[in-house]
Amino acid sequence: MNSTSTRHPGLNLGHAHGEAHEASEELVFGFWVFMMSDLIIFGLLFATYITMLGGTAGGPGPHELFELKSAFIETMLLLISSFTFGMASLALKYRSDRKVLVGWLVVTLLLGLGFIAHELYDFHKMFSEGGVPSRSGFLSAFFALVPLHGLHVTGACIWLVALLGQIAVHGLDTPTKTGLMRLAILWHFLDVVWIGIFSIVYLGGIA
Amino acid sequence: MNQHTVSSRSTHRSDADETAHTKRAEQRTYLWGFGLALILTLIPFGLVAFGSLSAGTIYIVIGACAILQVVVHFRFFLHITLARNKREDLQLILFTVLILTIMVGGTLWILFNLYYRMMPDMLP
Repeated sequence: MNSTSTRHPGLNLGHAHGEAHEASEELVFGFWVFMMSDLIIFGLLFATYITMLGGTAGGPGPHELFELKSAFIETMLLLISSFTFGMASLALKYRSDRKVLVGWLVVTLLLGLGFIAHELYDFHKMFSEGGVPSRSGFLSAFFALVPLHGLHVTGACIWLVALLGQIAVHGLDTPTKTGLMRLAILWHFLDVVWIGIFSIVYLGGIA
Repeated sequence: MNQHTVSSRSTHRSDADETAHTKRAEQRTYLWGFGLALILTLIPFGLVAFGSLSAGTIYIVIGACAILQVVVHFRFFLHITLARNKREDLQLILFTVLILTIMVGGTLWILFNLYYRMMPDMLP
């Protein structure tokens, strides 16, 4: 595993991939720069949320609005999808049968879509209980942080559909391979942000 | 470029057994990561759902599990290890952490100090 030189942080394709391995150096490093700037945005939204915890203005608070069960289901969907994307990355790296790669990617996509659907259902329920963004500073901060993560997951799902289309039309050429590697970083990164959300927002709010 | 052709030829020479071996090793890495992340998720959820610990203890356990799980994800899923041969990557991540610490820490410090002195109602 350590015998091949690493060109960038994260999973490297290795020399067997030739051009794609060469091209990935700049692309993946650039993507890490984007990812880290995104991390700053999320970090500051977490800070805003924590400073707004007391600002419920007489409206519904975490105890009334959050459910442990749905937070747990969403956590599991995202964690399993992170694992299945890891399996897809390995199928790409070790040039397994294309059906294996596409299979793992489709499973990942379905788990991501399940996560989004469940989150939308959660927001809908919060709205019906009076938990709308304009109700209080606490709810404004909540709806700035959690749906931004949901939008990221939605964007990642659209990107995944586009990459599946690229695989179908162009096959596994260099742009498709490097695209999959960057999407893998985004996907695992979004799972890391979700750890912060379920720990601080949901578990911290319910405990 | 020349170096690359030499090393890619040597990769082709290495037998399929070795590739299968490293593949299994990397699959185990993902499985370990998934297992550890699962345990570190179940502990805080279980404590909040069924535990009867004091609020302070639960917050500490949630925080510790979250930090450990972030480390697990970075190590096993994003493959960020301490062994690296490109320093600018490490500098990128460390600089981001520095900026984040200053901005998040500063925000919390200033605002909670303000609440303490001016708006005690806002303290959770």
